[in-house]
Amino acid sequence: MAVFGTEVDRPLYGRGPSPGLRFTGYAVLAVVLMYYDRHGHWEQRLRYALQAATYPVQVVVNSPSAGWRALKENFQSREQLRAENERLRAHERELELELMREAALEQENAELRQLHASLLPPLIKRSLLAEVISVETDPLRQRIVVNKGARDGVSLNQAVVDGNGVVGQVARLGPWSAEVILVTDPEHAIPVEITRNSLRSIAVGSGSSGELLLPYLAINSDVKSGDLLVSSGLGGVFPAGLPVARISGVRRESNQLLAQVRAQPLANIERDREVILLEFEPKHPDAPAPNPPIAPTPTTPAKPPPKIPDNDE
Amino acid sequence: MSDRNPRLIIWLTASIALVLTVLPLPSWLAIARPNFLVISVLYWSIMIPRGGGLLLGFAGGVALDVLQGTLLGEHALALAFVTYLAIRLHLLVRAKPLFEQSLFVFAALMVYEFLLWVIDGWSGHPLSIPTRWVHTLTGGLIWPVVVGLLGRFHSTR
Repeated sequence: MAVFGTEVDRPLYGRGPSPGLRFTGYAVLAVVLMYYDRHGHWEQRLRYALQAATYPVQVVVNSPSAGWRALKENFQSREQLRAENERLRAHERELELELMREAALEQENAELRQLHASLLPPLIKRSLLAEVISVETDPLRQRIVVNKGARDGVSLNQAVVDGNGVVGQVARLGPWSAEVILVTDPEHAIPVEITRNSLRSIAVGSGSSGELLLPYLAINSDVKSGDLLVSSGLGGVFPAGLPVARISGVRRESNQLLAQVRAQPLANIERDREVILLEFEPKHPDAPAPNPPIAPTPTTPAKPPPKIPDNDE
Repeated sequence: MSDRNPRLIIWLTASIALVLTVLPLPSWLAIARPNFLVISVLYWSIMIPRGGGLLLGFAGGVALDVLQGTLLGEHALALAFVTYLAIRLHLLVRAKPLFEQSLFVFAALMVYEFLLWVIDGWSGHPLSIPTRWVHTLTGGLIWPVVVGLLGRFHSTR
């Protein structure tokens, strides 16, 4: 039963501009938005606001999986928890041992560098644990959204890692959320170094989660399956020495100049629920070199969005 | 039938469709996922063209742009265009049997995806994969279900 008199019942061509004219208006608006998204600067602030406006949707979108996890944790049996506790404790012991060894190594390294008088400040100035609230892993875009944003002190191009290796870097910033471009995104490239022989190259995302490509290695370069790739510290985003990936396959075809090298990221990108955002001590020699950062999009903000002053330590 | 405020229903169902569209899924499933937002906007544009109007398509597209982090205005333009098509042709489409409506939706989704593909190329993301077109097919197939579901929320006029 139609209710007459409401606006929806007005004839389509009665009042106001025709749909064609209105569509033209919207189309022009969309094109202007696209133009400024690529070339402008105020867009950054607009997107910041929009990101805030759509944050509730992101939370809703995440709620089924979050609820499922909460349910699972609630019903976990005592035995399971005890076993997990046991495992974690053993793991912690291992880590402590490793840490001790590393501290000794660092000491020795400092001595070798004759910097004994002033031991270096720790490389990582601040680390921030963030929860993944949405994951997008299609072949064109590999991104995650995390629940920490500018209000928590996150900044653009910040390095993101998990317990095993590099995950990606912050590509877009909202007040309460940040979008992270993964190392496997086809638009992402990370300067890497093979630990075995310090050979440097660039690892680009393949678009499939779980694979990186190293397209710039000559056919005769010394690389083989199983080599560990760490970040080389060039490029201004990642510090030297963060584990990135392990070479999973090398193919050399005699009629080509470049080898086809594939690598598997160490970070558990598809299964991560939590990631760590890192901030580095700029005075440390391993800190990212202050080159212009490799942003995923050519736009660099003229003025970064407001963030809280990071005067804690 | 709740026919008091079709506008509320329209924006509400479109919001739910938006959530369904960006809900994270395993990649093999995400490929086949129909674009619920576009389909619901098409539905309302055909059934109650004056209800959401072009603004619904444009706003939905902007929301999709922000949520998926694509070029701002990309989805907005594509979705506003197919909304415009649906509004212009709503009498024609409404009179057709379900099967032909499905064909129309399939065609509209193809146009939508084509526009996105063109804009992607123009803005320097020329990476193209055949799987991006899969959702147009599943979208057309799911149309009768959508009609059955959303048809409960309004009377035909």
